[in-house]
Amino acid sequence: MRVVLGEDLYLLREGLARLLEAHGFEIVAAVGDGPTLLEALLEHRPDVAVVDVRMPPTFTDEGLRAVLAARQEVPGLPVLVLSQYVEQLYARELLADGAGAVGYLLKDRVFDASQFAESVRQVARGGTAMDPEVISKLLARGGGKELLGRLTPREFEVLGLMAQGRSNTAIAQQLVVTERAVAKHTSNIFGKLGLPPSDDDNRRVLAVLAYLDQS
Amino acid sequence: MNTTSGPRDAVPTPGRPADGGEGYGGNRQRGSRARRMARTIGWNWADFAYSIKHAFIFALQLTAIVTVFTGFGWLFLPATTRMTRQAANAARQRARDRFGMRIEEPYLPEPRFQDGFMGRIEECRWILTDRSTWRDLVWMLLDPFIGGILGSFAGSLLLESAYGLVLLVFWPVLTKHGMNDWYGFVHVSTPPGVLEWRWALVPMAGIFFGLGVVLPDRLVLAHAKWSRALLSPSEKSRLALRVARLTETRTDAVDAQAAELRRIERDLHDGAQARLVAMGMNLGAAEALLDQNPEAVRALLVEARESSARALTELRELVRGIHPPVLSDRGLGDAVRAVALDSPLAVEVRVELPGRLEPAVESAAYFAICELLTNTAKHAHAHSAWIDIRHAQGRLAVTCTDDGLGGARTGAGSGLAGIERRIGAFDGIMAVTSPQGGPTVVSLEIPCVLSSEKTSTS
Repeated sequence: MRVVLGEDLYLLREGLARLLEAHGFEIVAAVGDGPTLLEALLEHRPDVAVVDVRMPPTFTDEGLRAVLAARQEVPGLPVLVLSQYVEQLYARELLADGAGAVGYLLKDRVFDASQFAESVRQVARGGTAMDPEVISKLLARGGGKELLGRLTPREFEVLGLMAQGRSNTAIAQQLVVTERAVAKHTSNIFGKLGLPPSDDDNRRVLAVLAYLDQS
Repeated sequence: MNTTSGPRDAVPTPGRPADGGEGYGGNRQRGSRARRMARTIGWNWADFAYSIKHAFIFALQLTAIVTVFTGFGWLFLPATTRMTRQAANAARQRARDRFGMRIEEPYLPEPRFQDGFMGRIEECRWILTDRSTWRDLVWMLLDPFIGGILGSFAGSLLLESAYGLVLLVFWPVLTKHGMNDWYGFVHVSTPPGVLEWRWALVPMAGIFFGLGVVLPDRLVLAHAKWSRALLSPSEKSRLALRVARLTETRTDAVDAQAAELRRIERDLHDGAQARLVAMGMNLGAAEALLDQNPEAVRALLVEARESSARALTELRELVRGIHPPVLSDRGLGDAVRAVALDSPLAVEVRVELPGRLEPAVESAAYFAICELLTNTAKHAHAHSAWIDIRHAQGRLAVTCTDDGLGGARTGAGSGLAGIERRIGAFDGIMAVTSPQGGPTVVSLEIPCVLSSEKTSTS
């Protein structure tokens, strides 16, 4: 899988490159600032981009803006955004176009290398990978209103794990239930959120969108 | 409850309607004409009554001042000064209630005096060297003449006019009972056959009536304006007040900063630093065990990794408390939106900021809003909150409204007092309206400029 890497700190960029290569990804470009990143994304059209939010020249949200600009040119370009901190606000901006193929993780998640590689693949496949921190903040708000209010606590939990980019198998493991039980929960969730039958990945993205957009 | 608090020396800013001149009358728009008349005449007579009180206070205060070095004036000068200031403040408040006329207090904050005799002497010296003491004294001296005479004159015009008509009809009866038969310069009991001057009473009563309708209003306003001339701070004491206020806010700001640094130091010491030490020890132990016990090494490495993750989490929290990244990335509007998303309340945020604020103001406003939201979530029992942020006429204006139970307090030690201190360093002011039963509305205003740079909302 071809990856474009955007990270301004040399040590982290090299570390990420090595980690991804060790998990079978091919780094086609590794850049260190916003404008170059945008060029690289448009030139290489990678299978997935792994990008730091804060980069030169302004050291604000350069990376995020480059990624959003690239996705305007290339709709659905898979991007995984890494950051020292997560904000629901940014998560929404990434998901706003509804095309999915978006990840938003704390840099700490890189520590669990295999889980991280799995998240990158999930995004490359068109899924989502939201950081548990974003999810837990949503849960802390007490389970939302209207649409999501119809979900049972268990279904809400399943939806949260779905938003993190977990597969049904992984969710079953986490909750210590059978995979069939999880499948039943997910179809209930799709039903309650009024998502028409279509391919499963797309519905998962839409469900996560509803989840993040509950306020 | 309805309180307004803010620095007493808030300087009128260009662009805001300045207090002064004509245009007072917010209170006078309501009620029928007759009721307004009655109220104005009530004010006339109230001013008359107050002016008598002021004459007494003047006598006490003057005695205290005169005898302060020769007799026992020093014993009661502080008390009489308090009385004087209370009376003057009441007059300032009346001007505000009646006309919305704002008369600032000129009094400097009271310093701390020693106990005992020496402290008393210090206090007397402090009182006597304060210019406002003398201005108050002059005001007290003149008010009986101006407030009393103007007040009683204006207040009695209508009565006088009515009396004229009564006299015109009943003068024979009245004079028989020993009442004066003069009305102004007219002698009513003219003998028969002479030109009957008493019919002049009709136009005279008419003139009195006309004056009685027109004058009370003007005189009560004239009196308020006259009071303002003496009761508002002179340029000198305005500057002194400003200096006192700046000293106070500077001390607050420096104290707050020092406390913040201590907190950061403590957090780093107990948090990230300790975790890094533990990590180093774990790695050292792992190195030592590498050959003998690979299983134990694995456990130690897992622990070290968890330590580093926790250290990161703690650093992240710390950074958010110092200066949240989203604030530097996106500015006040988006930073507040981000906080609103994290709040347990349903928060609606409206922002009209065509540029970025000065960083220091931005940060102060951000933390003030965070604290308002936290307060609301904790104490107000609210479901929703609305935050409105705009910049107009050189001021950042923030309004935070909630649908909670109200009854918020602004006293010392409350969260709201902390917010006021926080924005006080920037000459910001806060106003709280929070009747029992809600809703609570908190407004903040901070003078500041916008940089022309456009905020990016990609």
